[in-house]
Amino acid sequence: MIPIGLSVENFLIVAAALFTIGVLGVFINRKNIIVILMAIEMMLLAVNINFVAFSAQLHDLTGQVFVMFTLTVAAAEAAIGLAILVIYFRRLGNIEAASANQMKG
Amino acid sequence: MAQWQSDKGKRMITQIAFYLFSTVLLLSAAGVVFARNPVHSVLLLILCFFNAAGLMLLLGAEFLAMIMVIVYVGAVAVLFLFVVMMLDVNFEQLRAGFIKMLPVGLAVGGVLFAQLVFVINAWPHLLASPHVPIPNPANVTNTAALGQILYTDYFYVFQMSGLVLLVAMIGAIVLTQRHRSDTRRQSVAAQTQRTVDDTIYMVHATVGAGVEIPGDSK
Repeated sequence: MIPIGLSVENFLIVAAALFTIGVLGVFINRKNIIVILMAIEMMLLAVNINFVAFSAQLHDLTGQVFVMFTLTVAAAEAAIGLAILVIYFRRLGNIEAASANQMKG
Repeated sequence: MAQWQSDKGKRMITQIAFYLFSTVLLLSAAGVVFARNPVHSVLLLILCFFNAAGLMLLLGAEFLAMIMVIVYVGAVAVLFLFVVMMLDVNFEQLRAGFIKMLPVGLAVGGVLFAQLVFVINAWPHLLASPHVPIPNPANVTNTAALGQILYTDYFYVFQMSGLVLLVAMIGAIVLTQRHRSDTRRQSVAAQTQRTVDDTIYMVHATVGAGVEIPGDSK
């Protein structure tokens, strides 16, 4: 349950602020792919906090189960993303997102 | 009176814990985004995860808080740290467009945050909880309750998430493995195709004459 003295809105505001910081990080670090990946992790963390807050509010464990699946996908995403980053660096010698123009997209 | 006072103390402690965790969480998140050195970013990310785990503890999700620490800090953040330290990148050069993008990022972030706050404030259903709960009686711990529904109702999803991890593992290995031509590698196919006929042969050796070795062109 939500601890006494606090409401679900407190947690939702914190998660919203964290998500916003993640979006900001993607915007201002447009060249550095590592920081972009970290910002994505922070956005997923904000979503997880939302899930747990609603789970506590509604007395329903489904939210917490879903957090575990989100966590799995986040870990898989980080592993694959960093692997791609490593071969990207090996081919191009830098990690700028703007260098990924081989496909002329 | 004593009951009221202990209730008030409990309330104050949870509030102090909440504001401490969330303040450090948001400050370290801002640090991740703004730090000059990516190693500092990763370390602040670890702090961020710890504080998020603290928030989850406050909400009564003990198992998830521990999993958060183990998975995120123990695996994901260390992975990031390895990659940051492995790549030889000039990180100063990567910050070139930083100031230029800052107003755009702040504008988008501000609008997004305002919208999220409006949604949270304007949603009347948030306070009422007419939901039919999945039973979570007081004498069952959080971990046991999670296990009881994870391995029954969500069994197939659980298996699928295992599959996702397997695919991610194989994908990461295949992507990053490279075959270097200057190193000697084991050829499993050649090894298993060897037969007795290829490797053992009989020679008639006469005393004092020496032996012609087949295949030895010298």
